[in-house]
Amino acid sequence: MPAQPATGSRRVMRSVLGVLVAVLAVYAGWKLLAPPPPEIDVSYNTVSADGLYQVMFETDVEPVPVGETHSWVLSLTTPEGAPVSDATILIDGGMPAHGHGLPTAPQVSENLGEGRYRIEGMRFNMGGHWEIRIAISAPPGDDSAVFNLEL
Amino acid sequence: MAPRAGAAVAALLASLILAACGPDDFSDDERKIIRSLSLAELSPLPDDPSNRFADDPPAAAFGKTLFFDAGLSGGGDISCATCHKAERQFQDHLPRGVGVARTDRRTMPLAGVGWSPFLFWDGRRDSFWAQALAPLEDPREHAGNRTAFAHHVADAHGDRYGAIFGPLPPLAHLPAEAGPKGSPAQQAAWQAMSEEDRRAVDRVFANIGKALAAFERTIHPPRTRFDLFAEAVGKGEEPAGIAAFTPLEREGLRLFIGKANCLECHNGPRLTDDHFHNTGVPALAGAPPDRGRAGAVAELAADPFNCFGTFSDAPAAACTALRFMRSDDPAMERAYKTPSLRGAASRPPYMHAGQIATLDAVIDHYSRAPDAPSGTSELRGVVFTERGRKALIAFLKTLDPIP
Ligand code: HEC
Ligand code: HEC
Repeated sequence: MPAQPATGSRRVMRSVLGVLVAVLAVYAGWKLLAPPPPEIDVSYNTVSADGLYQVMFETDVEPVPVGETHSWVLSLTTPEGAPVSDATILIDGGMPAHGHGLPTAPQVSENLGEGRYRIEGMRFNMGGHWEIRIAISAPPGDDSAVFNLEL
Repeated sequence: MAPRAGAAVAALLASLILAACGPDDFSDDERKIIRSLSLAELSPLPDDPSNRFADDPPAAAFGKTLFFDAGLSGGGDISCATCHKAERQFQDHLPRGVGVARTDRRTMPLAGVGWSPFLFWDGRRDSFWAQALAPLEDPREHAGNRTAFAHHVADAHGDRYGAIFGPLPPLAHLPAEAGPKGSPAQQAAWQAMSEEDRRAVDRVFANIGKALAAFERTIHPPRTRFDLFAEAVGKGEEPAGIAAFTPLEREGLRLFIGKANCLECHNGPRLTDDHFHNTGVPALAGAPPDRGRAGAVAELAADPFNCFGTFSDAPAAACTALRFMRSDDPAMERAYKTPSLRGAASRPPYMHAGQIATLDAVIDHYSRAPDAPSGTSELRGVVFTERGRKALIAFLKTLDPIP
């Protein structure tokens, strides 16, 4: 077979590149048009519903484990950042998509001072979207905060 | 140069198309889930702070002897191994366990139970050692009593007991048969004993449980074909040899972790969430009403051998399972502990009282999702094709121990 003239080879290259660009364009278009993931706030730092408190947590096991009972340390401040040290805190939660609650009854076991509270007995028994609801009662007022966890 | 570049682009294109469309290729999410079910992901065995001897090898060896010792029974004919047969995954293939008489529940297999915070189908005990004491005194199982157990240990195993737990208390003056749960005569004899003697016998009784517990903690789930497959998939390799799955097995795995929703409850390396669910399993005809978990929480809280009790070695703060146990959850009505599915395919019958005879019928149950006899079933019903059913069963069989 005679060697392909340079132009022919370039034409093959160009058409191959064309196909590649088309594939990428379709892929990008599909990515753009695909519904965005649901808008949920999965950060471990949130503002309570009525804006009275800034609420944050850390866990003793990272990442947040499934199938293991673990502890959280919850930090509570005013929106200005002043620690709220004398709050009564109740924890509740569950999986909205499955209609079930938490497998355990977690509780604040220790007030660590400086607006920090140890919560023991946290447990998640499957992966997926969990909602943790924190009810706060302290001098600034009663309020509640929600954390969304994607496990 | 140019043709080679063209070929490279073509190869790249081909690989893109294959990666996107290969029928057996798992997505990143699926791969992550598959790996999460593999035995390689099993966390180290959790400590049991309520049992100082939990990881003591001589205690485990002594526990093994006791597990097979029919001397620990009222008639000298029943041991743990009567129902928990080592060569059958420590269960008996019967719908309900049979000791001195037939019980109301199915004998549970024992591999990997050390990872479970609550024991029994309804979770009415919080440790291996507290659990072991229940069948010993149950009139339908070992039908023994506490002073008889203490006398037996002194006669048959005095030296081994002493080397692990320290000297036995004086027993010669105590009745041959006495205990708080035995016959009326045995109960009366127990009441007639001094508080101090009762306490000393209770300690021997608890230590029998602690040795059995140390042995049971050594019973780990064996590796399966699924584990070999999952390890390869986790590393991005193509499983080969016995690790390779047939197309049917792959389909079953995909269903299991996807559309069939099995993962909601059967998750993690033991394929259980260690929690309790009402799945609408029919009630056992002719047996007393069984409320499952809902009927067990108060009994566990009142058990003198629980983690808070006198014979527990744990400070109360370490009793996590008990401290944060929910007592108010309406979903616990007729809820039972999610069984591990490791080895399940080869140990019919199924469910807490052997109500379902075959895997086919189990899949049928998940498909029909019948109403619960009481409480509310969590199942929503899954539509399976004929091939889907076969595929799920084929997958469950890959969780059997490698022969
Ligand atoms: C008569 C048959 C029988 C005998 C004997 C027996 N068991 Fe069992 N075992 C069962 C049954 C039935 C269950 C489930 C009972 C229930 O949930 O109410 C069970 C449950 C268990 C569990 C709970 C497992 C889990 O996943 O929660 C353990 C552990 C156990 N038995 C250990 C023992 C030990 C140790 C002994 C000897 C001291 C023993 N069994 C004697 C039938 C028996
Ligand atoms: C809502 C939780 C839940 C879901 C979802 C679920 N299971 Fe179960 N499974 C359980 C519970 C709880 C039991 C024991 C029920 C009982 O004994 O009353 C069980 C029992 C079983 C058993 C019998 C095991 C034994 O040792 O008795 C098999 C097999 C099984 N499930 C397979 C599956 C498969 C396959 C799927 C998906 C189609 C599935 N399960 C979905 C909770 C669930």
